[in-house]
Amino acid sequence: MWLEVGFALIKILIIWGAVSFLVAYMVYFERKVIGHIQVRMGPMRVGYHGLLQPIADGLKLFLKEDIIPHQADRPVFLMAPLFALIPAFIVYSVIPISGNFFIANIDIGIIYILGISSLGVFGIVMAGWASGSKYSLLGGFRSAAQLISYEIFLGFALIGPLMVAGSLNLLEIVEAQKNVWFIFYQPLAFVLYFVAGLAETNRHPFDLPEAETELVGGFHTEYSGMKFAFFFLAEYANMMVICSIGAIIFFGGWQIPQFLETIISGGVDLVTSLVASALGAAPTGLASLVQNIGGVVKAVLISGPLWFFLKVLFGMFLFFWIRGTLPRFRYDRLMAMGWKLMFPLALLNIFITGIVLHLV
Amino acid sequence: MEWPFFLIFAVGMIASSVMVISLRNMVHSALSLLLSFFFVAALYVMLGAEFLAAIQILIYAGAIMMLYVFVIMLVNVREQMGVRQWNRQRAFAFIIGGLLAAEFLVILLTGFFDLLPPARVVAEGAKATAEIGNTEAFGSVLYTQFLFPFEVVSLLLLAAMIGAIVLAKREIK
Repeated sequence: MWLEVGFALIKILIIWGAVSFLVAYMVYFERKVIGHIQVRMGPMRVGYHGLLQPIADGLKLFLKEDIIPHQADRPVFLMAPLFALIPAFIVYSVIPISGNFFIANIDIGIIYILGISSLGVFGIVMAGWASGSKYSLLGGFRSAAQLISYEIFLGFALIGPLMVAGSLNLLEIVEAQKNVWFIFYQPLAFVLYFVAGLAETNRHPFDLPEAETELVGGFHTEYSGMKFAFFFLAEYANMMVICSIGAIIFFGGWQIPQFLETIISGGVDLVTSLVASALGAAPTGLASLVQNIGGVVKAVLISGPLWFFLKVLFGMFLFFWIRGTLPRFRYDRLMAMGWKLMFPLALLNIFITGIVLHLV
Repeated sequence: MEWPFFLIFAVGMIASSVMVISLRNMVHSALSLLLSFFFVAALYVMLGAEFLAAIQILIYAGAIMMLYVFVIMLVNVREQMGVRQWNRQRAFAFIIGGLLAAEFLVILLTGFFDLLPPARVVAEGAKATAEIGNTEAFGSVLYTQFLFPFEVVSLLLLAAMIGAIVLAKREIK
């Protein structure tokens, strides 16, 4: 039993470390993407092409003075950043990175994820209320109304794919996409899911809770130092959660499409055999070494975690692309679009999926 | 192995529930209620009802509590903190609370001495979940055995929804 516990702890450490590292570098990735969209270079100063920028930023935030406003409600003010960050990390306890690498495999995986990630909003609302500032409070209000509404569409958009998969278990959902990814069965559901995901993570064009032009910094106006960093990381961690769920439910999780697998393994085989024949005159030990390296490269290129990561990265790129392209929504438009357009469409999607599943 | 966890969750639940009614700041009360929902969910998990636990978090903690907090934040908390905590319905509250406590006691005792069906129902439920999994068992029982109560509840909720819309509309005019 202790062996199992130790094994689980190691897996938790690996996933926690990887997620924290990636979250920090997603900030860098975003600045680069936005930079190039706006014909700039993005961060360039720290390290090669600014590669050490996240570490510098982290250090800077760590050393900043931590200010607690006089009007703040102290305990809630201190708890809010944790409340925002922790749910985003807990969700990774059930997300399968590959067919045999996950911390827990539970039957209700997707409901668990939705339930836990619905708690992140408390951090934002608590921060808005506890800061004792009107800008923060307005940000908190906007966030509460926006997140409650869009959480519903997020859940409803996922019902269609879940009906096709016939399971709530994430592993079984991925297995069900062995031949066809659900994005092809459920394109409407994906669009709804993605829009709801944008709103759920307070991202452009739905970043009203922290709209700088209107609310200074929104719910985190009064936060500084590491507490601010927690909110910042929470936002990116939540985006990664949205992208991970999207990858699992619509893009076949860690699975690599059959034809790509054939192309990649064929290509690697070709290169290794070419190199080996070029080395034909050399001692045979070298040729077998090349074969071994080729085998390792092939295994890595078609491995589950890599493809899962690429799919998540693609989702993150979509987030940044949209941020670089679209202006912010007006608040009433946001609500109107949610309830009058997305909600009926989500119900329609469930209805049509039900009919089709009944006929097939 | 189960007892320590049960004690943590049960004591935590009672403590946070007491905090809900004893703290003067309403937002703090609401957050204590959120905490107590978590302990309830943990107890559901210990009973083998994972689906119920997840729904508890998703609906109660995630959605309903959020609406509570939303409304409470609109109130001026500093003003409300001066309001008296006890009102004049204390006698009625004691009577109703006593009745409720007695009911719980009866249920507990019947369960403890294995007098009434609950124990059998629990056993049957455990068998069903072992066979086809928690969520499936929940769904199949809900849509076969308890279909009529389910429909009655949906009708009730629909009525409440229409009522809310009518009230909101009247407010505007």
